[in-house]
Amino acid sequence: MVFHRLSRLGSRIVRELPRGIFMPVFGMRILHRSYGQYLQSSPMLQRQTRSLKEALFSNNRKFCTSFSTTSEKGGEETEKINVIFVDKDGEEIHIKVPIGMNILEAAHENDIELEGACEGSLACSTCHVIVMDTEYYNKLEEPTDEENDMLDLAFGLTATSRLGCQVIAKPELDGVRLAIPSATRNFAVDGFVPKPH
Amino acid sequence: MSRYLARYMVSRYLSSVSSRPLHVCIVGSGPAGLYTADKVLKAHEGAHVDIIDRLPTPFGLVRSGVAPDHPETKIAINQFSRVAKHERCSFYGNVKLGSDLLLSELRDLYHVVVLAYGAESDKDLGIPGESLSGIYSAREFVWWYNGHPDYSSLKPDLKSSDTAVILGQGNVALDVARILLRPTTELASTDIARHALSVLEESSIRKVYLIGRRGPVQAALTAKELREVLGIKNLRIRIKETDLSLTPADEEEMKNSRARKRIYELLSKAAAAAAGTSEADPDQRELHFVFFRQPDRFLESDERKGHVSGVNLEKTILESVGSGKQIAVGTGEFEDLNCSMVLKAIGYKSVPINGLPFDHKKGVVPNVRGRVVSQTSGDISQTEPGLYVCGWLKRGPVGIIATNLYCAEETVGSISEDIEEGVCKSSKAGSKGLMELLEKRKVKKVEFSGWEKIDAKEKQMGIEKNKPREKLVTWEDLLAAAAN
Repeated sequence: MVFHRLSRLGSRIVRELPRGIFMPVFGMRILHRSYGQYLQSSPMLQRQTRSLKEALFSNNRKFCTSFSTTSEKGGEETEKINVIFVDKDGEEIHIKVPIGMNILEAAHENDIELEGACEGSLACSTCHVIVMDTEYYNKLEEPTDEENDMLDLAFGLTATSRLGCQVIAKPELDGVRLAIPSATRNFAVDGFVPKPH
Repeated sequence: MSRYLARYMVSRYLSSVSSRPLHVCIVGSGPAGLYTADKVLKAHEGAHVDIIDRLPTPFGLVRSGVAPDHPETKIAINQFSRVAKHERCSFYGNVKLGSDLLLSELRDLYHVVVLAYGAESDKDLGIPGESLSGIYSAREFVWWYNGHPDYSSLKPDLKSSDTAVILGQGNVALDVARILLRPTTELASTDIARHALSVLEESSIRKVYLIGRRGPVQAALTAKELREVLGIKNLRIRIKETDLSLTPADEEEMKNSRARKRIYELLSKAAAAAAGTSEADPDQRELHFVFFRQPDRFLESDERKGHVSGVNLEKTILESVGSGKQIAVGTGEFEDLNCSMVLKAIGYKSVPINGLPFDHKKGVVPNVRGRVVSQTSGDISQTEPGLYVCGWLKRGPVGIIATNLYCAEETVGSISEDIEEGVCKSSKAGSKGLMELLEKRKVKKVEFSGWEKIDAKEKQMGIEKNKPREKLVTWEDLLAAAAN
């Protein structure tokens, strides 16, 4: 767990480095190939950053492998699933989420930048996430009318969009990847025409 | 090896920011301003952000725009307060750009100035009779019931007849319709301004007409607000069956937008439910959705000179203008609709200030991804160094609170790029300079701690009336509470 926290801290420090100053030399951005459709980056950059990521954060791996049951202090057993966030910069962040916790809460517990302006009361769409695999999207309960009302207004709505506060961790969702929409790629702020659901 | 590299880079980064403080001033403390502040603070460790606002109270439209019966939307204040209380952020209310301070002075004091002061004026219809009394912009009416200090003495006349006409069918139109029609016993437990509640309690308005130039497929309202208004107790919804018929172009529009499709379905359902009910109670409240009508002129009352007595409406039909868009065109067929009050909910407009490029036609500041554009020749846009916009001033008065999240992300992205380009190298006085200037001009600024005193007082006053807060609605009361 210590290594996991450390690597998260490391990736955050790296993320806050000014864009473009160090990147050409060291290639410190952590990029993954898998979300190519959300981020266009040069293959060279990916190669550089992947190798560096492996060197820096290889310890991270063993903590993100599969569904696990962890023993908490006091002997209470809490089942957790793996959830992978793809943040606005396109970086993957691996976290563990206890069964029953909603994704907005989980993001905040792990310092992931996901807004939750109405604190889960279904009055805003700031915790909009995109489920990156349809297979996982289909494992979720259908959104309620109230959630759909908010999704209608969500920035960058896709066919697999959900509100983070309405997605509750359950065993079937182990390994789910969630993208946080970004204003800097693909989407225009205004005049966005949502795709049919 | 790689760990050494990381440590080296981190230390280099930290030393470089500490030697270069970045002074940022944001004008306007609504969602656009506060999301901008949040993102600047997160992206730049060396940034100090001062937020100024002309009001003594922060949060812009979350306080004066969001309807009182939408408390869940106002929860955003919690997050915005955390931003405003950040150790590298300060709020200075009661500071007016354009009179207390000039834009040029702010730009001299700060590396980065972001204008996020929204849209405090209204679009005009430009038709005869628009200046008759009894005609208000929805903004004025909203500011009145939300206790904005500039409109607390509006005193709209809600007793001359039983009919009000609202021009426009967006969410602001639905908000004001709801406030006019909702049982006041339900409004009494909200943070609605006291003066508004007492006028509404005596209101004789029973019928509200929502007029739209186009059809149910093009209405600008959203499903949540529509669902809510359809759920109001003892309210009869009226929609003409013929208005609901669809053309192939309508079907095409719905296919491309799930939101439009859901709204149309809700309206159809409401129309079907209303069709079976019959008229009986004269006190029955009614909400009429009137489609395919545009206002042609306002009618003046014979008995009360200078007062509105109705609207002359022209029937319209839709015409396709390409790319799936349909516009309304008049048919030359007219009808009168009598009423004693008209609310124009046809859109807000931003107000220009001295020294700021402004697009008067669109009512926004010309910009490229938030950078203020001073001149455009051909494809080349010349931008004003260090000057940015965000929110409604940048993109016009559309969207919800969350839209500003992405709007701010874009503007702050531009700021970050410009900082890397070395735009902000010179040294600036920042907060210190602002304080000196405000002191010299004897401006009584209200800091966030002053707002917290207003907040505490309002909440305290609310307790007695079982309301979340009783708003202070005059400049004197607000400034007195802040200074206390």
